[in-house]
Amino acid sequence: MAAPDIEKPRYKYIGADRKRVEDPRLLVGRGGFIADLKMQGLLHAAILRSPAPHARIVSIDTSEALQIPGVVAVLTGEDVKAHMNPCMNFGPPTIAQYPIAVDKVRYVGEAVAAVVAESRYTAEDGVEALVAEFEDLPVVTDPRKALEPESALLHDDHGSNLGYERTFEFGDISRALSDADLVVEDTLHWGRSAGMPMETSGATARPGLNGVLEIHCNSLNFSYLQFLVANALKIPSNKLTMQPVPAGGSFGSKFTAHKVPTLAGFLALRTGRPVSYVEDRLDHLMNSDHHGSDRYYEAKMGVTADGMITGLDIDVVDDYGAYLQFGVGTHGNAFSQAVGPYTFRDLKYRLRAALTNKCQQGAYRGFGSEVHNWVLERMVDKAAAELGLEPEEIRRRNFIQQDQFPYKIPGGNIYDSGNYPAVLDKALGMIDLEYWRTEQQRLREQEGRYIGIGLATTQERSVFSSTEFWFWFDEPAFPITSSPESATITIDPTGQFQLQLHCQSMWGNSPETVSTTVVAEEFGVEPESVNVSYADTAHALPGTGPGGSRYTVMVAGAVRGAGRKLKKKLIDIAAHTLEVAAEDLELVDARVQVKGAPEKSLGLPELAASAYFFALNLPPSMESGLEESYTYDHPYTTLPSPDRTDLGVFYPIVGHACHIAVLEVDPDTGQTAFHDYVAVHDAGTVVNPKSLDGHVTGGAAQGLGSTLYEELAYDADGQFTSSTFMDYLVPTANEVPPFRIGHVETPSPYTEYGIKGGGEGGRLVTPSVVSAAIDDALREYGMRVRELPVKPADIVEAVQGAMARS
Amino acid sequence: MTTSEHSTDLDTRYGSDTRTVTLRVNGRGVTREVATRTTLADFLRDDLDLVSVHLGCEHGVCGCCTVLLDGGSVRSCLMLAVQAGGQEVETVESLSPDQDRLHPIQQAFAEEQGLQCGFCTPAMALRAREILADGKEWTDEEVRQEISGILCRCTGYQNIINAVQNAGRKLRGGPGAARDETKGS
Repeated sequence: MAAPDIEKPRYKYIGADRKRVEDPRLLVGRGGFIADLKMQGLLHAAILRSPAPHARIVSIDTSEALQIPGVVAVLTGEDVKAHMNPCMNFGPPTIAQYPIAVDKVRYVGEAVAAVVAESRYTAEDGVEALVAEFEDLPVVTDPRKALEPESALLHDDHGSNLGYERTFEFGDISRALSDADLVVEDTLHWGRSAGMPMETSGATARPGLNGVLEIHCNSLNFSYLQFLVANALKIPSNKLTMQPVPAGGSFGSKFTAHKVPTLAGFLALRTGRPVSYVEDRLDHLMNSDHHGSDRYYEAKMGVTADGMITGLDIDVVDDYGAYLQFGVGTHGNAFSQAVGPYTFRDLKYRLRAALTNKCQQGAYRGFGSEVHNWVLERMVDKAAAELGLEPEEIRRRNFIQQDQFPYKIPGGNIYDSGNYPAVLDKALGMIDLEYWRTEQQRLREQEGRYIGIGLATTQERSVFSSTEFWFWFDEPAFPITSSPESATITIDPTGQFQLQLHCQSMWGNSPETVSTTVVAEEFGVEPESVNVSYADTAHALPGTGPGGSRYTVMVAGAVRGAGRKLKKKLIDIAAHTLEVAAEDLELVDARVQVKGAPEKSLGLPELAASAYFFALNLPPSMESGLEESYTYDHPYTTLPSPDRTDLGVFYPIVGHACHIAVLEVDPDTGQTAFHDYVAVHDAGTVVNPKSLDGHVTGGAAQGLGSTLYEELAYDADGQFTSSTFMDYLVPTANEVPPFRIGHVETPSPYTEYGIKGGGEGGRLVTPSVVSAAIDDALREYGMRVRELPVKPADIVEAVQGAMARS
Repeated sequence: MTTSEHSTDLDTRYGSDTRTVTLRVNGRGVTREVATRTTLADFLRDDLDLVSVHLGCEHGVCGCCTVLLDGGSVRSCLMLAVQAGGQEVETVESLSPDQDRLHPIQQAFAEEQGLQCGFCTPAMALRAREILADGKEWTDEEVRQEISGILCRCTGYQNIINAVQNAGRKLRGGPGAARDETKGS
């Protein structure tokens, strides 16, 4: 069954495989990363990190460190207490955090003291020379035990280790489960991994002219939230300028990463000199702002005898670590696509956010949706297996159909558009499942080998609205509803284009390629000829930055909006000059020409010269110059209802994907190897196919890491056991298979050009498909992946356990 | 705040032991006085301003600091600068330092989008130069193995493998091929 071709407008630049405009500078090693920034008199900081998971700080002897030549200062929690407000905080105010621990430490790796010195080497000498005494406190590591009344408390002011709790019910889950012919239940654990970019977080802060503190940092959205850093530093927001610096990868880990820039700013203010603090890998592994989700689920799903899902009941305890911070958004995010691509209407979701002696959680590609999708797809697979349905069949029966869009899901979010059967059919058309199912049987019988086939889908929600950060709370302190993005296009006096983006948006995605492609589409100039810059916070228009697969959609809207204004001005100048009515003119290939008489035209350099230098040639009352800005607000968002029976529309630009994997598992060693892997994505109108394929591949590789290899592990005593890249296993080229990628394009009705976000989809589905393939390969051993990562030893243990029982 | 008061007696424990090191870097002779504890990576970055040498882990796993030492790849975070004395070091600037005149390997990475954030890219490009140096044709699986000592968090590696293969075709000749003139081979 072939999908119908969807009509969409033809573009000249959008949709073409073009080289990225970011790449030439990166290829000669001049990415302008934070560690590359040098300045006169620059000092360097190194951090003493807590060896204890939970302890009172008794004393810190700095005398020997301060004797070391080149050590300038040592700062501790006492300095922080005297001169700072708590850091920005998106959770309850009773869970306060400082960039250096005050009074007690709450996890292994929390900052205890900062040494500032003339070089990083000397700063690290200083850290070695510090003598800190701790009085150990009872350690809280199990998030479920953390919620028991006798547990030690992390935050006395908060009064319990329950960060927050809420139960949402949409529809009638009791009826849905009692009406079902079959209810499948399971206990699942998604373990902790993280974005883990190759470049760590870093910042260089300089007390500058007029008492302005400059902080250069590779965090991603301080156009939006700079004032919160200023508040922590106790300075007026107009006395802090945050300078955007390109990031060497983020995947969530630099999304409003606040600890590093706040600390650098504090050290610069206290020493009166520029200070650089760049995390080393140990710092980043144990103290990042953004460890990923760490969730324990009890899940129930009801299905009818013919495979229709009736409802989903989720009870989840999330091990948030010692502070809440940005992690408060990750369950709201799951509600953007809580029912996946399926039609069931009854959903219950109980969350308890537990505080433990571990590093805090934050954002990782998927922002919690990837975890929920794994749970949803695990339950669908379990139901299918018990009903004897193939994985593609149970999904097809439950899909939301094309004529149901825009589709309002339980909870209130909207899916804008989609064609889920077309994506499934495309994926099935790219791989011969009948062949593999026959081969699976043959290899098992003739060669004693174990092949598994996994198939899973995901929704790819994109373009967040900020309501997801607060609808958990009845009386949120700051119920924000804005998440805009801005662009400024300038045509200079010679006709050359400058494009300014109003946030730090470069972390390996392609903000410059996307935005210059839109300029090219609108003006007919080549993308490579447009120069792109990023505004600092003193100059930036509203900008939220990349995250939640929003940037391509949002910057396209902003650039097109600015382009429309600038085109109108060009046409008005040309109309006045040519003495033609404006409505008879059009802009084609960088010239304004008379419709139907293109020989009568003016080029951009001529129009620019008029705009800048010949005011008397301009229409009366027109301002000189050629610069226009546009702020594009979220294209479709609504308020949650006060009683939260409807969470509103907050993530309505929704793509879809289907992956199919053929995986061989060795039951004796637990080793896995892919025979084939097909990934089909629908991200609406594709701007640059090769770039999107790159994101799908990179995201899928990260999903594979979270599934099989990566774990930020703490032992039962709260010691951190993943403090190097020899313990935290980022997949190498040997672990990542070639992915065969296909696209379906269902344009969004709500965005410019019909673009949907596609930055996270790869990671949203790989864990589900690989888990399913492992189960399928070892079905005769009753294999059921219930915990990630599932490491070789886990597979061997499951197989041997099954053999011992038989 | 606690502020330091410097002792007048210099303590030799803290990096005051120095040596003179002479080596060649990207074809030029360099002589510098360096602290003996300075890593080759920090020497290249801080003393010679070759900031294309990126530090990802500083414990020898990620490979982002890879440079060529007498033509073979090494992790410059695991070597001291003084250990490179008398040898030839190449960083990605030895391919081309000019973004308007990229080397065929760099061109191939751009054509195949074999990079996203660019942090592992200099290391990957140098590793590509090393494995393509003798003109051998590699299978995709062999390239996968050969680059597996350098971590890339963005691409999932496939476009890097495509870039190495594309670069190999360019360097070996054939339609649209270019020679690796900087290598003189």
